[in-house]
Amino acid sequence: MKYYLMVLCCCVFSWSQSQDCNATFSGEVHDFHDGTPIINATIFIESLNKYTTTDINGRFSIDNLCNALISVEVSHLACETKTIDVNIVNDTFIEINLEHHIEELNEVKVTGTSGIKLTKTAQETHLKSDVIDRFSSLNLGDALKQISGVSSINTGNSIVKPVINGLHSSRIIVMTNGVRLQDQEWGIEHAPNIDLNTAGSINVIKGANALAYGGDAIGGVIVLKPSNITLKDSLYGKTIVSGNTNGRGYNLNTSLTKTYKKGWYLGAQASLKRLGDMEAPDYSLTNTGLNTKGFSINGGFKTFQKGFNVYYSYLDNEIAILRAAHIGNIEDLVNAINNPQPLVIDDFSYDINAPKQDVTHQVFKTEFYKRFKKFGRVDIQYDYQNNHRFEYDIRVGDDRDKPAIDLTLKTHTLKTSVTLDSKNNISYNFGVNAGYQNNFAANTGVRRLIPDYDKYDLGAFIVSELKLNNDLSLDFGLRYDFNQIDAKKYYLTSRWNERNYDSDFGNIVIDDLGTQLLTNPVFNYHNVSASAGIAYQLNEYNSFIFNYGLSNRAPNPSELFSDGLHHSAARIELGDLRLKQETSNRISGSYNFQKNNLSLNIEAFYNYIKDYIFIEPTGTEQTIRGAFPVWSYNQTNAALYGLDLTANYSFNDHWFLNNKSSITKGKDVSQDQALIDMPSFKTVNIIGYSNPKWLDLKTELQSEWVFRQNDYPNNNFEVFIPTTGQMELVDVSTTPPAYHLLHLQSNISLDISEKTDLNIGLNITNIFNTNYRENLNRLRYFADDVGRNIMLQLKLNY
Amino acid sequence: MKTLTLKTIKQVSLLFLISIAFTACSSDDDNTNNPEPVNEEEVITTLTATLIPVGGGTIVTMQTRDLDGDGPNAPVVTVSSDLVANTVYNGSLVLLNETESPAGEINEEIVEESNDHQFFYNVTNSIATFTYEDFDDNGNPLGLEFTLTTAATAMTGNLTITLRHEPSKNAVGVSDGDITNAGGETDVQAIFPVVIQ
Repeated sequence: MKYYLMVLCCCVFSWSQSQDCNATFSGEVHDFHDGTPIINATIFIESLNKYTTTDINGRFSIDNLCNALISVEVSHLACETKTIDVNIVNDTFIEINLEHHIEELNEVKVTGTSGIKLTKTAQETHLKSDVIDRFSSLNLGDALKQISGVSSINTGNSIVKPVINGLHSSRIIVMTNGVRLQDQEWGIEHAPNIDLNTAGSINVIKGANALAYGGDAIGGVIVLKPSNITLKDSLYGKTIVSGNTNGRGYNLNTSLTKTYKKGWYLGAQASLKRLGDMEAPDYSLTNTGLNTKGFSINGGFKTFQKGFNVYYSYLDNEIAILRAAHIGNIEDLVNAINNPQPLVIDDFSYDINAPKQDVTHQVFKTEFYKRFKKFGRVDIQYDYQNNHRFEYDIRVGDDRDKPAIDLTLKTHTLKTSVTLDSKNNISYNFGVNAGYQNNFAANTGVRRLIPDYDKYDLGAFIVSELKLNNDLSLDFGLRYDFNQIDAKKYYLTSRWNERNYDSDFGNIVIDDLGTQLLTNPVFNYHNVSASAGIAYQLNEYNSFIFNYGLSNRAPNPSELFSDGLHHSAARIELGDLRLKQETSNRISGSYNFQKNNLSLNIEAFYNYIKDYIFIEPTGTEQTIRGAFPVWSYNQTNAALYGLDLTANYSFNDHWFLNNKSSITKGKDVSQDQALIDMPSFKTVNIIGYSNPKWLDLKTELQSEWVFRQNDYPNNNFEVFIPTTGQMELVDVSTTPPAYHLLHLQSNISLDISEKTDLNIGLNITNIFNTNYRENLNRLRYFADDVGRNIMLQLKLNY
Repeated sequence: MKTLTLKTIKQVSLLFLISIAFTACSSDDDNTNNPEPVNEEEVITTLTATLIPVGGGTIVTMQTRDLDGDGPNAPVVTVSSDLVANTVYNGSLVLLNETESPAGEINEEIVEESNDHQFFYNVTNSIATFTYEDFDDNGNPLGLEFTLTTAATAMTGNLTITLRHEPSKNAVGVSDGDITNAGGETDVQAIFPVVIQ
């Protein structure tokens, strides 16, 4: 119909041109967000082949038009082209708003879908989708290790937790599509429940400077965002298939997205991953398989001015834990440590037996935003997460197939924020959030590790970015959070008395069952966080960033309430109701140099954490199973400092060298000793070659050299071993030796059709099948790390 | 311009209204219910060894009892009387979960899964020797029933009774009662001070 109208218009026009056509079409073009006039915008009337440009005041005028409906295209560099229909009735004036500086605006959005950096003055690194695709069959933690200063703490090969500058677990915030992940991140054996394949890009911000995400990210923030949606009529997708020799497994990921020029979009993604027992160079790592199923749906409407997003994701991870790591008492641990090989080695199998975890995580999110002229943008978001965690121990009798842990964690979060960016040199972002979380621990016949609780969060923040001139920007942030935790926990009466809780917390006992007490601890925490940063571009090549962050973190449920035997560690872990929140003061500075073929980035930090919560050995207890060391959560003052280096040198268009090195030191200032679980010094050197003419070949050889961690607290102790009748040293402290691994990675791309290309990748990790143990892998007492893996990956973009 | 600003305010306020509505909806839980207490099902609190001398004499019982399981209290170990030198005792074990009422007997579960369990008897100073008297489906020793032969002379030493779950029953020495290569996980480990008279 429109087409006919247009044709009609044209006819009328051709006919009427000879007639008397004196109408003037004039108007003004403004920048949508600050209302300033846009100079040199092109106004084009296609049907008449007439055009003009706007003047210094954004004004334009076209004479000699006939009364008719015309289609006008308005375009400007750095703006999205806009087409509008105008009905010319004599002299017609209209006001047109263009969406100026789209890229720039996206950078300051918290829930944006594009843009490289999320902060101006923080130590931040961005991983693009091609890097993420390479790790399609691995974990978030594996992918993030590509960043200097990020390492991981593992329980085997499938439970990988990212560590930023020596800090992990509840000291790190993980954001996925605008949702703060709530998945019992407090435990070392609890890896983030994220399918890496749902992310189009990942940003890692070191330190607590991105206050919009939360005030307790003493370690840092990891932001995963889905792929950017472009506003055009299109249907596109991606399928990745990979096969691994180690674990004899496969990984399949496929996604499809439909977008419309008007702004509507709908995408879906699904992934499957299956691995059998992994292999160390000399033996099979019995019971280390994996079975992962996940899918997500992402849809909505998006324009510059307004939009909404509805997102749902489902992920089920069934992860086997090395059979030999399940031990009964301290004598078993001594046997395991002293034995060069794991005590259980069976033939390869895909079976996932106890000990194992089966975790289902679901996220539902809905978000709405609107941009107001000369004001800014308002966002509102609600999300719901359901995390259901089963842990299966080796049990006997009727309970053999019953989980030992059955936790359901439900979290509702509502947040709203306002971004004021109508002024060019200053922007404000402020918002509030409210959260409610409920944990339910089902009765499994094993005493609850984490009790039932309700948790309430309320937060408010304001962040301001100030651009003094082209070379200098500043930012400031302030945030307040209130947390309340209201738990119902059973204590063994003997434990309650042994901890002296009867004198300090007698009033929270609500039921006395004789051997057990039901208690109702309610704790409130007030946290204030602040940040300030400065980014300075000295000249074309040199730039600096300095920032300061103050943050507070309330103790998590594990630190407060842990109370019981931990099988894989053969230790009794005790939380403490008396813990206060910890306070971090972090200063950091970065230097960036970029000239011709050389780029260099050096990041330094010093993080002083008052009342740092950590776990340390405090004695031994006898049970009918034998003796166990007791590890208790305590607080100390800690200082962490370090240096992360990234350097890149290109010899020519084909060859490049890259170095990523990172050193982190952790010190318990109060006790004057090293902090436990600090990452070792690591240096990664890469030599790479690429050639677009050879099917776009990209290949690199990576040398990963991890030094021995020489700074560790001595937590060794002696224990009486009844079967030998002797005292024996339990060496849980001595760190494994340094190791060096070589990896190869290469890929080529083939154009299959105009819109389809195939990328074939070959990755070999641990080429020489080197035996090694990593200090930050909790299973290092029991077995070597995994050996060589050859992965073939096919990626089809269509 | 003015109408636009008004509209802006209206829309912003609408958003906040929606947000309040959401907050109001989200508190939907029943906090009044207390969680049910967990009585550990397969915990072993008590191991009692009864030793009956062949040909008559004083019956000796040895017991280890840890009513708070993994709690801070150490197990209470008792030995009823001294053993007589150069004597053969018929021994048997009873394992109980006394956190339940009435106490649950664990022996049944161990017998049902006898292929996955084995008791080991270790002594210091060679105060006694042991022979298994009961066997699993594969003919390997289990150890709930045993005979104990005391040394010929008076002496003291320790008797350690260990229950291993999923031991390598076919490993070298394991069927003879040598724990060295047994592997598996320790479910019970009790040390009794013994006097031979």
